[in-house]
Amino acid sequence: MIMSLLTMKRRQQLAMVLRYVFIIIFALIALFPIYEMVATSLKNEVDAFSIPPKWIFKPTLKNYQAVLFEGKFFTYFFNSIVVAITSTVISVAAGALGAYSLARFRFTGKKLIVLGTLLMRMVPPVILVVPIFLLYNRLGITNARMSLAMVYVALNLPFNIWVLRTFIMEVPKELEESAQIDGCSHMLTFRKIILPLIAPGISVASIFTFRISWNEFILSLVLTNRNTRTLPVAVSLFLTDTGTEWGKITAIATIIAIPAFIFTFTAAKSLIMGLTAGAVKG
Amino acid sequence: MSSQSLREKSSPLLFLMPAILIMAFILLVPIIIGLRLSFFEWLLRNVSDDPIFVGLRNYIELFKSENFRTSVAVTIRFVVSVVVIEIVLGLVLALLLESGLKGLRFFRTLFVLPIMVAPVVVGVMWRFMYNPAYGKINYFITSMGFEPVGWLSDPNIALTSVIIADVWQWTPFVFLLALAALQGVPQDLSDAAVVDGANYMQKLLKVKLPYIASIIGVTAILRLIDAFRSLVVIFNLTYGGPGVSTEVMSLHLYKSAFVSQRLGLASAIAVLLLLLIILLSLALIISSLKNKEK
Repeated sequence: MIMSLLTMKRRQQLAMVLRYVFIIIFALIALFPIYEMVATSLKNEVDAFSIPPKWIFKPTLKNYQAVLFEGKFFTYFFNSIVVAITSTVISVAAGALGAYSLARFRFTGKKLIVLGTLLMRMVPPVILVVPIFLLYNRLGITNARMSLAMVYVALNLPFNIWVLRTFIMEVPKELEESAQIDGCSHMLTFRKIILPLIAPGISVASIFTFRISWNEFILSLVLTNRNTRTLPVAVSLFLTDTGTEWGKITAIATIIAIPAFIFTFTAAKSLIMGLTAGAVKG
Repeated sequence: MSSQSLREKSSPLLFLMPAILIMAFILLVPIIIGLRLSFFEWLLRNVSDDPIFVGLRNYIELFKSENFRTSVAVTIRFVVSVVVIEIVLGLVLALLLESGLKGLRFFRTLFVLPIMVAPVVVGVMWRFMYNPAYGKINYFITSMGFEPVGWLSDPNIALTSVIIADVWQWTPFVFLLALAALQGVPQDLSDAAVVDGANYMQKLLKVKLPYIASIIGVTAILRLIDAFRSLVVIFNLTYGGPGVSTEVMSLHLYKSAFVSQRLGLASAIAVLLLLLIILLSLALIISSLKNKEK
């Protein structure tokens, strides 16, 4: 009896150890390409290309210096920042207003709007490339940062409306009703009562919009020129230019990935909420 | 009083107006423009000329085109492979981490990282990893005594390389959803199974998997839609090559518009891709509605 209990415990311990081994292997696989990119950006040319690889090396900021002070890096960086922030602010604001309307009012055509929004969320950016390019050309607004930002506003709106709507629906209605009895307009109720209570939803929506706008490639490639181009396009052009300057390329790529690192380690909870919202909830 | 009720009536639309206007102008109008354009012949280099109406000719040309059919085949191989592999791996990972493991939070955060990285950056990263001269993958392979692999240069292997990069980035997504689903399995259900003498495998097959099946289904459709949309990693990793061995539909669309410069033909591809995605999205909406009813 005691023996079998012991072996049972042993087996459980063994299973636990095996689970850790698997998980650590998976974690290493998940991290290695990212590590490799960051490490290469911090190596000098000899270390980056040496075989067998130099796992221990003297880090240098030479690549970053080259990237930051040669060429138009700051223009691209500035473009990326402006486009990402503008589109985030507008898309989350418009999304929150729309979400409030869909969560709290009844009106004809509401179901159609909800379904339409859900479908819009799935539209691949590449489908929009040609028509938006032509539309913007006709209107004479290509190659402008704001024109690109507006595309990102639209692309993110369906997700924002939809996430914020689930957050608003969880706010107890009584709060708003008492405010309205006190004579608050809908707008005032929205600003003073709803907005503060859905702050976590606002942060989920903002992070996701910022991420999409900051990372987006194909529309930016077509809709910008050498002065308004964003970082992802810049790094991609670098890639086809020479093919050998891996130090510089990985340095820009690492800079592009910095917001992703920051969000992952400071707001993992919001990220997981946003990622799983689609299937688990709602 | 009447102005009050008028305001009551108009406010839902006022609140919605900015969102609707933006989506109409930047999503709906372009989709309609694209749909119309798919019946025209229009060259990018002669974009100042008027487009010429050609009826269904673009669609007929597509169905006859070897290049387009290849891109459909490549897309299907890519999509099916990544979805199957990611669902299986993600589920296994979730089951491994599900319970009683210290550091669950930490690992969960860690696995979010690949999802967050920009597709362009994923393309750059893997292009370096696959590099024949100084990429680490071939280094590992040869130091274990195997022959080096032409990850991006061999037309028979390039698609696998693209699939590996996608699996690397998106398996964590399936893992997160599966984990959330597993944590929703009522404890009393699996306790009851244990009391009834079920072992781990039985508990898994009879209690847990059926419980999370619907969420896994929704996850699979989400991944399916995303895989059909995917373009940027492939664009930067192989640009469809070598030859057209990794040219998925979305990349074929892009090249038709901006390399061959045929805007009408590209629009026809866009319409077909959009139809496919709308069908999948409707399947998604219906199955998540079913989940809700349960």
